[in-house]
Amino acid sequence: MLTAFAILTDGLVYAAYLFVVAIGLSLIFGVMKILNVTHGSFYAFGAYGAAIAVGAYFNADYAAAGGFLLMGVVAIVVGLVLGLLIERGLLRVVYGRDEVVVVLVTYSAFLILEDVLRLLWGTESYALYQPLAIGGNVMVGGLVLSGYDIGLVVFAIVLAFAASYALRHTRYGRLLTVVIFDRELAAAFGINVSVMYTVTFVLGAILGALGGAVMAPKIAVTLGIGVEVIVLAFAVVIIGGLGSIEGALIGALIVGTCRAAAVHLVPQLELFVIYAVMALVLVFRPYGLFTRAQPRKI
Amino acid sequence: MRHAMCMRGHRIVVLAAALSLGLVSAAPAQQAAEPAPVKIGIITFLTGPAAAPFGIPGRNGAEVIIEALNAGKVPAPYNQVGLGGAKIEAKYVDEAGSTAQVVTEYRNLVQRDKVDVVVGFVSSGSCLAVAPVADELQALTVFDVCGTTRIFEEKPRKYIFRVNPHATMDNVAAARYVLNKLKTVNTYSGINQNYAWGQDSWRDFTLAMKNLAPQATADKVLFPKLFAGEFGAEISALLTSNAQVIHSSFYDGDLEAFIYQGGARGLLSRTPIVFTTGETSLYRVGAKLPDGVMIGARGPHALMAHQGPLNSWLWQAYTDRFSMPPVYPAYHMAQSLFGLKAAWEKAQAKKGGARPTTDEVIAAFEGIEVVTPSTTVRLAIGKGHQGVSDTAYGTYRFNKSEGKPELVDIVRYPAECVNPPADMDSVAWLEGGMKGAKCD
Repeated sequence: MLTAFAILTDGLVYAAYLFVVAIGLSLIFGVMKILNVTHGSFYAFGAYGAAIAVGAYFNADYAAAGGFLLMGVVAIVVGLVLGLLIERGLLRVVYGRDEVVVVLVTYSAFLILEDVLRLLWGTESYALYQPLAIGGNVMVGGLVLSGYDIGLVVFAIVLAFAASYALRHTRYGRLLTVVIFDRELAAAFGINVSVMYTVTFVLGAILGALGGAVMAPKIAVTLGIGVEVIVLAFAVVIIGGLGSIEGALIGALIVGTCRAAAVHLVPQLELFVIYAVMALVLVFRPYGLFTRAQPRKI
Repeated sequence: MRHAMCMRGHRIVVLAAALSLGLVSAAPAQQAAEPAPVKIGIITFLTGPAAAPFGIPGRNGAEVIIEALNAGKVPAPYNQVGLGGAKIEAKYVDEAGSTAQVVTEYRNLVQRDKVDVVVGFVSSGSCLAVAPVADELQALTVFDVCGTTRIFEEKPRKYIFRVNPHATMDNVAAARYVLNKLKTVNTYSGINQNYAWGQDSWRDFTLAMKNLAPQATADKVLFPKLFAGEFGAEISALLTSNAQVIHSSFYDGDLEAFIYQGGARGLLSRTPIVFTTGETSLYRVGAKLPDGVMIGARGPHALMAHQGPLNSWLWQAYTDRFSMPPVYPAYHMAQSLFGLKAAWEKAQAKKGGARPTTDEVIAAFEGIEVVTPSTTVRLAIGKGHQGVSDTAYGTYRFNKSEGKPELVDIVRYPAECVNPPADMDSVAWLEGGMKGAKCD
């Protein structure tokens, strides 16, 4: 019983982490049809930015709530700067080119940004341990859970609802849905697709950086963290269906739960299970679980 | 008189001219007399998650040592300039990337840069991949931090040496220390990274436990992906385990992430844990690591080093340069470089002072005894290519008043107590009941 409860809670926490990381990647692909490898850089810059800025904030003994708020501010600043820089400075030049070329461009940018991280913050690892300590822990059903982890799950749920609401009930969200469905049709109806691209990319970058900022307290912020994340995020969005927010959520839940079950029951399969699930989904649903039907153009 | 003065003046001019000519012609002769530098390629993690705890301290250690060797400022017995009087030219290369990339970098150092020796490699995966290439290229290579036992146990390696002892020592000593501290252990768990290092470490620890505490059984055996970073499920599994102790050979960012996450959920205070490489992270985690955690340093290094002039010099020189004390990867680099220097100079002395060939250095290296800053290493196993030394474990305590980490309850284990004997591989030794182990 305790093991079952542990699988459930661990699955949820891991799914929350995956969802926060994957949602921006899925959004960018949905709108722009770009498999954005620089998402790993957004995550890494968010994590570094939070570790440094929020770490300094806590070290100055300011109110704890402000520290958590600062994580969001850091993510917005990182996302705005990097998102605009990459989209306006780089991707605009290769729009319309073959998808492989665009992926290679984002991969190149990712490699460059890894070196920029090194130039800015060196090779040292950074720790943002204060939020974990402030969150404390709580005994639930015989298992000690981290308060910060519980907060992360709540944050992911709020983010999922907010994204879903924004897409369905706001003007920008509806316009975005049209662009996701058919960008040419959207342009024909007078939607400024170019602006939509920029806004979406920056939004995706902010979400990627937010993923890094909220994960910074749990990890050692060090070079290479972006690579690990991007592989997992790809697996999640491929399972859920590239471009689908619901898909990212379900994909994260599936991967999170399967991985937690593997760790508790068959730890030897932990590495295998994520990609086994992905392969299984793709066998039956080659475009992922939540990809909507594509109109066939003649 | 005038004639005599003229003659004297003439002689002075001739003498001055001769002296100038002599000086001019002596200059190239003096340059020619200076031996050609020894080129050493140093490969370690300069980027990536293993850079901060391993690669950079190793690189920094190399920088301090090579600079001092070239200036002849290292204490005896290493006070001769460079290697046998030839200055060292170091080229630093990043170990980060795929195994194929690491092998390519190694080939580049040997074939393109024509280095005389390659020193380095943190990852056991890198060492296993490079070993056959070193044989193929006939390139003298000194493995540095990597600890897998398989290097010399799978096949003799003529061109490879490893002064630092391998993982068997770390894990046998860990088992002995755990039993020394806890007296009776009936159940234990392990969390190790899923690759050569983690797998070998866990294997040696469990085999040692079977010998030392036959009643003990393994409960949770966890092998998360290398550099996974997130260990929530693993921590839950360990929290639901009834293990009396946890073994971990985690290193780099994984170790620190595990400490933060496990600390937040009370794991590190609930269950005693032994970190076989924990010393690398002590200065960074500081007070976040609870007192009482058992710590290894893959040898009696840093806070557990034997004191002496060489250790005092390394500690001071490193601390002065980098504003923090050296951790064990810096000591491993020191062992590798001093081992190489000892072998090189032994070969050179045998050759009457002439520069030795690779084969001559290899002959001198085999079975050598090396004085290093922290302890003395003998290349006693692996057909004289693999070092053994004593080792030590300690218990962590954060000194709040001085704001620095400390290790207390340090127990030292002689080399013969924790290493397999010559010509016996580690698994056979462990499975055979660790026969011949001398711990007194």
